[in-house]
Amino acid sequence: MTLARRIIPCLDVDGGRVVKGIEFEKLRDMGGPEAHAARYNREGADELVVLDISASRDGRATFLETIERVARQLNIPLTAGGGIRKLEDGVAVTRAGADKITVNTAAVERPDLISELSQQFGSQAVVLSMDVKRTGGKWEIYIRGGRDATGLDAIAWAQEGAARGAGEILLTSIDRDGTCSGFDCELTAAIASAVRVPVIASGGAQTFEDFLAVFSEGRADAALAASIFHTETHSIGALKKFLAERDVPIRLSR
Amino acid sequence: MKISIVDYGAGNLPSVERAFQGLGVETERAATPEQIASARVIVLPGVGHFAAFVDGLETRSLTSLLRAAHEAGTPILGICLGLQALFTSSEEAPGKQGLGFLSGAIRLLPSTVKSPHIGWNQLRRVHEGALLRGIADDAFFYFAHSYAALGDGAPTAAVCDHGVSFAAVIEQRNLFGVQFHPEKSGEVGARVLRNFVEFVQ
Repeated sequence: MTLARRIIPCLDVDGGRVVKGIEFEKLRDMGGPEAHAARYNREGADELVVLDISASRDGRATFLETIERVARQLNIPLTAGGGIRKLEDGVAVTRAGADKITVNTAAVERPDLISELSQQFGSQAVVLSMDVKRTGGKWEIYIRGGRDATGLDAIAWAQEGAARGAGEILLTSIDRDGTCSGFDCELTAAIASAVRVPVIASGGAQTFEDFLAVFSEGRADAALAASIFHTETHSIGALKKFLAERDVPIRLSR
Repeated sequence: MKISIVDYGAGNLPSVERAFQGLGVETERAATPEQIASARVIVLPGVGHFAAFVDGLETRSLTSLLRAAHEAGTPILGICLGLQALFTSSEEAPGKQGLGFLSGAIRLLPSTVKSPHIGWNQLRRVHEGALLRGIADDAFFYFAHSYAALGDGAPTAAVCDHGVSFAAVIEQRNLFGVQFHPEKSGEVGARVLRNFVEFVQ
């Protein structure tokens, strides 16, 4: 009886379409979110994340509609985020069908947001998303889609977020994101050993071996990836079988 | 048959509704005493805080009606926090009273493991029950919680381990509870709900 490591595909959406980001900048249209969601649900994804990467420019109504449409395709948990700035935003995305809410920039600017959301929905529904870049000898938190440095130390911020009621940490390596050079296992292990809440590793996944490494060396509880699953280069089923054969505890769908 | 899903003001009702509707079962959102009083089958969904749950029931004057329904033998299924609310109390909200259909207190998971317990885990059957009928022994279910029924007084049909053994499935005559989220547990979860529906039909 073991808690399985999770494989979580992520849909970055902009104006109701799935897009792919390369190092947080260039975007490429990857199709409609519902078809992706239905396929992942069928292929054995353990959860799904939908991020509104256009939050600052685009209307929220479009994103809420996307969440509703995606949620209807799923019988697995759905996490939604991007532009969650206040409690009401959290209420809106959960009403639309999200089980969990991720916060990022707004939580750095106003850490009470984490406490407010966890009091309303419970810790298990609040995911603190952190975009981290290696600067000098330390790991620093960046906000606004990885554009602005904050001076915050990633380990200290992870601990504060968990203390304020975040129930999971979604850890993205900006250095690795979209580069296909593998997860940052050193960063992931450092965060995973500094907090009691589960850590979801993100950024840089390319090969099945990358996932194996982030679960072993990186001590991740879950691994998230977007583009490699969208293009059907890798099926989730094949990845999970690969990991299970290497003794990673995995839920295989039957 | 219609299933009355208790709407206490929070919780993710749509996914529970969709899961039952996917089985061809009619549902209603029950938020008034009259709806609880006339309910044939009751589902207590729940996410969030124990206090918000029991206060939400109390504010809507549903608590005593739920107790009456339980005494009258109306089938009840508690999901996640809904299972926890079947007990007397919870460490999450000292001083708050649960429904008290089952004796004992809900406790915090131990500090030796990752918490919240989030993700897919397996069960160990304790006795043969209705909810897990036809489901493989090694099947996975989706959990998302920090508190659990750790005591051994409960009518436990299956347990899960996360640092400690806790009740994952409870069955006692017409009273059912699952600590995992069947509505989020894929095909296996849908089978649990179908087993419940078949039992109460």
